[in-house]
Amino acid sequence: MAAATQDSAIRTGRVTRTLIYLVLILFALFYMLPLYVMMVNSVKPLSEITGGGMMSLPDVWTIEPWKKAWSTAQIGVEPTGLRPYFWNSISMVVPAVAISTVLGALNGYVLTKWRFRYDTILFGLMLFACFIPFQIVLIPMAAVLGFLGLAGSTAGLVLVHVVYGIGFSTLYFRNYYAVFPTELVRAAQIDGAGFFQIFWRILLPSSGPIAVVCIIWQFTNIWNDFLFGASFASGNGAPMTVALNNLVQSSTGVKEYNVHFAGAILAALPTLLVYIVAGRYFVRGLMAGSVKG
Amino acid sequence: MRDFMKMTTSTLAALAFSGSLATAGDVEVLHWWTSGGEAAALNVLKGDLENQGIGWQDMPVAGGGGTEAMTVLRARVTAGDAPTAVQALGFDILDWGAQGALADLNAVAAKEGWDDVVPAALQAFAKHDGKWISAPVNVHSTNWVWANKAVLDANGIAVPQTWEDFTAAVDALSAAGVTPIAHGGQAWQDATVFDAVAMSTGGPEFYKAAFIDLDEEALGSDTMKEAFDRMAFIRANVDDNFSGRDWNLATAMVINGEAGFQMMGDWAKGEFLNAGKVPGEDFLCFRFPGTQEQVTFNADQFMMFDQGGVVSKEQAALASAILSPSFQSAFNVVKGSVPARTDVSDEAFDACGKQGMADLAAAASSGNLFGSMAHGHANQASVKNAIYDVVTAHFNGEYDSATAVEELVDAVSIAQ
Amino acid sequence: MSDRTQADFQTRLQNWLPKLVLSPSLAMIFVFVYGFILFTVYISFTDSRILPFVGNGGKPAYDLIGFSNYDKLFSLSHWEISITNMAIFAGLYIGICSLVGLMLAIFLDQKIRGEGLLRPLYLYPMALSFIVTGTAWKWFLDPAIGLENIVQTWGWTSFTFDWIKNRDFAIYTVVLAAVWQSSGFVMAMFLAGLRGIDNEILKAAQMDGASNWNLYRRIIIPQLRPAFLSAFVILAHLAIKTFDLVIAMTGGGPGRATELPATFMYSYTFSRNQMGIGASSAVIMLMTIAAIMIPYLYAELKEKK
Repeated sequence: MAAATQDSAIRTGRVTRTLIYLVLILFALFYMLPLYVMMVNSVKPLSEITGGGMMSLPDVWTIEPWKKAWSTAQIGVEPTGLRPYFWNSISMVVPAVAISTVLGALNGYVLTKWRFRYDTILFGLMLFACFIPFQIVLIPMAAVLGFLGLAGSTAGLVLVHVVYGIGFSTLYFRNYYAVFPTELVRAAQIDGAGFFQIFWRILLPSSGPIAVVCIIWQFTNIWNDFLFGASFASGNGAPMTVALNNLVQSSTGVKEYNVHFAGAILAALPTLLVYIVAGRYFVRGLMAGSVKG
Repeated sequence: MRDFMKMTTSTLAALAFSGSLATAGDVEVLHWWTSGGEAAALNVLKGDLENQGIGWQDMPVAGGGGTEAMTVLRARVTAGDAPTAVQALGFDILDWGAQGALADLNAVAAKEGWDDVVPAALQAFAKHDGKWISAPVNVHSTNWVWANKAVLDANGIAVPQTWEDFTAAVDALSAAGVTPIAHGGQAWQDATVFDAVAMSTGGPEFYKAAFIDLDEEALGSDTMKEAFDRMAFIRANVDDNFSGRDWNLATAMVINGEAGFQMMGDWAKGEFLNAGKVPGEDFLCFRFPGTQEQVTFNADQFMMFDQGGVVSKEQAALASAILSPSFQSAFNVVKGSVPARTDVSDEAFDACGKQGMADLAAAASSGNLFGSMAHGHANQASVKNAIYDVVTAHFNGEYDSATAVEELVDAVSIAQ
Repeated sequence: MSDRTQADFQTRLQNWLPKLVLSPSLAMIFVFVYGFILFTVYISFTDSRILPFVGNGGKPAYDLIGFSNYDKLFSLSHWEISITNMAIFAGLYIGICSLVGLMLAIFLDQKIRGEGLLRPLYLYPMALSFIVTGTAWKWFLDPAIGLENIVQTWGWTSFTFDWIKNRDFAIYTVVLAAVWQSSGFVMAMFLAGLRGIDNEILKAAQMDGASNWNLYRRIIIPQLRPAFLSAFVILAHLAIKTFDLVIAMTGGGPGRATELPATFMYSYTFSRNQMGIGASSAVIMLMTIAAIMIPYLYAELKEKK
């Protein structure tokens, strides 16, 4: 790891170090809290929860809530559990992340290595687009999707996520490529390499770290989206978050909190996994460029 | 790179056709009944249709008592892809009817005689311009009180008949160290209580004038101030921790004997039954004191979206299945509500259900059946939410009763 | 600049290729962002209630009514509460996240054993949506079942922590949960910034006898400026979009104490059927965002040229 091998110039005393460890561990506990609440309540019977023991460890341990959330809980009229919706999310997230990342990389490449007049303004406009609140685009977006014939399809959802994802993916790649030596690009041009050849042979091979950052960011945002998923997917094609929402929200029905928590953790597993597995590359990716000018 | 692009475009193209559009012979149903019992009950309907060779495309969107589903519906209609049938409540149905988006169900209604068996107050929400536009599934009544029988017995409390009885019972419980009233501090729950309190304080004429006709005089009257004062009494007798609590957890307090009463609609019964409690033995259900004659209701219905001018065969089949006595009975036994038609046998229902059905029939025939303000059956969503704002602000101590009355008049006039 | 590109390339195609590659993205942004913003501005001048498109027999279902939605908007105490809350929330959220993130990053940068274990623990909240964690937070903050109850059973009976139930403090619990979600992410950005600083400068400064405190204050933190700016963009964007969190934790309550502009807008547009007012609140929000972001983007982008 880059972190461990780097020789930091700062030296600290023993007392300070103990304090630092203490603070770090306290914060780790703080970050773990909600996960603890979710975990303990997902493995106890409902009666213990409604009986008031929400924070304590279970008296009776059970994995029934997990089984139920995954395969037998009522999502709509059919007791299917969350299982069938998992694939829906995957088939939406993978193309959306792939396309928005590729577009972001190309945009970043153009905006830094093939600069033209007003390119900064165009970039500014793309960046400002990140800030649009999704609630206001819902109705016009529905009209456009209907016009394109993509309403109620996974392709429509992919389009929506690509559109609102390219702002950030362009930002990441632009900042990363901005510090990439332009001389290499010029040298390749003199050798006669074309636009795509330069991108393919020179920039792409060194884009790993920023691609990881971009993919993590997009993956989490798209996976966790509820509003678009609920509005633009068909019932059977609904993503995981919509199914989870159907599981945990009920206005006038009995609330099975233990099943809700188990379902919530199941729905979050892919993003958790992405963070845990790719987390170490994440800091490295940020370090490699996106937070430097 | 180019290969990759080619691959993603072809995946995209393939995906474009994987979206499941409701094919002919299917009904696509948008609803928010996703919790165990409700969804299982809806499955009965699905089975009915499948026996007639009609497929069911499920489109559940839960959340916010139907708010999420209504948002999704707008997106779907805007996209030109309206579902065949949509669960909806009160004024939402009339609004869609006024937009001319709903199919005319008169033919089915005439054949099945809906006009004779559905209470008039409910028909008002199922018809637009003399045409049936939706099929009512149930009637929830909202002015119920749920009580833990053991707690009441231990403190020598009989079922309160008047507001004075109720305050005495509350004081007795308070003195005994039991939380008198279990309540969840969410705007709609505050408003549900307010509905019953206003009805009890001013009687049915006052309720109608204030919440249905939005008469400024009634809204700004001393009776309204009295109703807010009674809300303050209730506020003083809930536990400190009421704010934001789900209604289910408030019900659990009554079930566990931590609290005496809860004011909540008939769906609360499901929580008691789920905990293995028996109506009449472990828990009691009775009308809010002073509203024994009246029923405030909200009704779930399915509205049918126009599929090119005429009602499709599938929509007609769905509508007639919804109104069939056997489905009405089977569904409502599970849901805790009562059938939308008054001629269904009460045999399958428990004590509370039987009482609910008798109350509904009596209230319907004596003109005492009113749409619930708190549940969007007295006025437009904008007005309902404006009233919510004031009731909730008062309940949480932001306004005193006199200010609340002034604010109520203002808020209602801005929202109209 | 354009001279150089022309000189470097013979064919017209090559000349146009970069712009061609950029154009789909730009087209999408112009239609789906700026087009929709214009649409929203238009709707804000109408009395639209349910739907702007579906008319009564082909006629549009609205009339143009000038600025009266804006008049109504600013007369609503509900909107005033949302705006005030946004100011409190955004200020504290961005401030605390930056401070906590910076502190954790500096601490983690002290060759900490177990960094590999701690880092994902700090980062994981960003992976969860509030549909998932809202209930857990709600319970933890609930005096009867959460923290207050636990500390009291430990023996400190006078301990109280009922902010979520208190109108004046509830917004701070929203800040707390939001900080929980994002501060780890900010930590990662600062950590990356710290690791990018040239050690030679630090060593030289240390030779000159600078204390750790001065080293950070004078040399290291100023060098983190780009990281601060990136963190600001991301945090500001998250603050403005905060919606799920409030819905899941407090539902805007107690009373209306934790309403934010996003919840206000959603409520007026979709649950209250007053789409015109909802649109006008969205326009005001966008103008506020523009007022904050444009100077920042201008300074940022101009500098880099």
